[in-house]
Amino acid sequence: MSTKKLKAIAATGNLSTGFREESICRAARGGADFIGCDAGSTDSGPYYLGSGKTRGAREVTKHNTSLILREALKAEVPAIIGTAGYAGGRPHLQWMLDIVRELARENRWHFKMAAIDSELDKEDLVKAFHAGEITPLDPAPQLNEAVIRGAERFVGMMGVEPFQLALGAGAQVVIAGRASDVAIYAALPLLRGIPQSVAYHAGKILECGAASVAQRMYPDCLMVEMDNEGFTAEPPNPEMHCSPQSVAAHALYESADPYLLVESGGTLDMSGAQYEAVNDRAVRVTGSRWVPSEMYTVRLEGAALVGYRSVAFAGVRDPLVLRQLDRYLEDLSVVVEKKVNDSLRLKREQYVLHWRVYGRNGTLGALEPEKGNIGHEVGLLIDIVAPTQAVAAGIVSIVAHTGLHHPIPEHEGLISNFAFPFSPPGIDAGPVYRFCSNHVWRLSDPLGPFPMTIEDL
Amino acid sequence: MTELWQLTKLIRSKNAGPFKLTFDIMFKNAKGFRAVLKSSQLSAELFSRLYGVPVDKVQFFVLEPLLTIKVTIPRPVPSGDLNDNDMYGGQFHGPLVRLAIE
Repeated sequence: MSTKKLKAIAATGNLSTGFREESICRAARGGADFIGCDAGSTDSGPYYLGSGKTRGAREVTKHNTSLILREALKAEVPAIIGTAGYAGGRPHLQWMLDIVRELARENRWHFKMAAIDSELDKEDLVKAFHAGEITPLDPAPQLNEAVIRGAERFVGMMGVEPFQLALGAGAQVVIAGRASDVAIYAALPLLRGIPQSVAYHAGKILECGAASVAQRMYPDCLMVEMDNEGFTAEPPNPEMHCSPQSVAAHALYESADPYLLVESGGTLDMSGAQYEAVNDRAVRVTGSRWVPSEMYTVRLEGAALVGYRSVAFAGVRDPLVLRQLDRYLEDLSVVVEKKVNDSLRLKREQYVLHWRVYGRNGTLGALEPEKGNIGHEVGLLIDIVAPTQAVAAGIVSIVAHTGLHHPIPEHEGLISNFAFPFSPPGIDAGPVYRFCSNHVWRLSDPLGPFPMTIEDL
Repeated sequence: MTELWQLTKLIRSKNAGPFKLTFDIMFKNAKGFRAVLKSSQLSAELFSRLYGVPVDKVQFFVLEPLLTIKVTIPRPVPSGDLNDNDMYGGQFHGPLVRLAIE
């Protein structure tokens, strides 16, 4: 039996959140086979995928990337970054590639860089949809030809194969669009013969960086050593430690099922996993199973433009207004509706007017079981979404001014019920998107929609 | 009367992707864990009622070795959608914290 060992470093859970320089140096000096980092998620909502914008400042991402590249190049091992620019679309990938090119130029680094695109052609998706290759997960919004064509952008979540193609082509730096977080870390170990059960479970633990330590004071690195039977996880930072409990519990975080992790080519079954302390800092994990799937599928993520948002925030402190707040807002809505119809020629169903009442049920909305409890003040977030930014701003202005002076029977004369902290009260919040798919696409070739280019820097 | 938080070391909610919400309730010790399981107040029915989802869509996991109850439901509104109030889903657990356990 071979006792091949392979060491992986996860720089952090998300490239833009950072890690300690001394941690990555200590981890890399100890010998590693690659450094990986996940750079994105759908966690912050549909805006990034829809708009093509990135999350996190460019300078911060550049700094964090420079540390990863420096250590990887010094150790002569690959650096693998997935879900570039937060959403993994083409603009996100280009943004990240520019950062890497700039770093190479500034530091006189020379390496082979692979770029893997994951933005999908909408016409390909329409064809796949009609061929029955796209199936919904549960729950999923309705997807059809019109939704696909109307969406702003779709990406496919790649599995390990595109990474493996890039590594096989000799890339020292791999920058990928939308990718499974786990695939970033499983791709190279699988190429080197580590079993799937080990590589995928190790990937699941690595993908959030130091999140699987007992007490994560700040984002940081994690190291994993894999072999044929299992893996050992340990943080390089001496101030942190893993415990069997902390590593096992990490399988719960943000996952719908604590035992089963569905990936593109199969499912990792962690129900039989054993977690043992190697010492007071490191944990050995064994006993997971990999169950290959009959079909190879990739998750589809799409975002569609809904409209443009303008908001205003106001405090309400008058107890006489507060005791009739619902009626007050309903009456006010009727007045606003007429004004918007008269001046902007918009019917009620052509825009969204959403009163978000903080201090009552701003957080849970209609689900709030204690919405009868109202304190001495509420914060009123006036939320407008309309077909254009100018119209949204116009409606917010109407709502703010009408609401300010809307009367209540207990006071005679002109009153001012909204305490606006800002001048002007309205803020334009830009385009609003929604996730328009929660589907998977059955592929005959795992590389199909993920073209790769190689660049010598 | 005991409130749930007095028996736990962690009660959290979080997105599990944009279309699902998951709740992790980790107990301080086996005594509290068993007391809550025995009382059956923390149940799929409770989540169905609190979050307005059909009971057959509530996934309810009891993880003995971790002294943890994990519950996953479809998100009442997808993350970041027009009527969503909580993009990360991090405050949906609020009504569970002071749940009275007999």
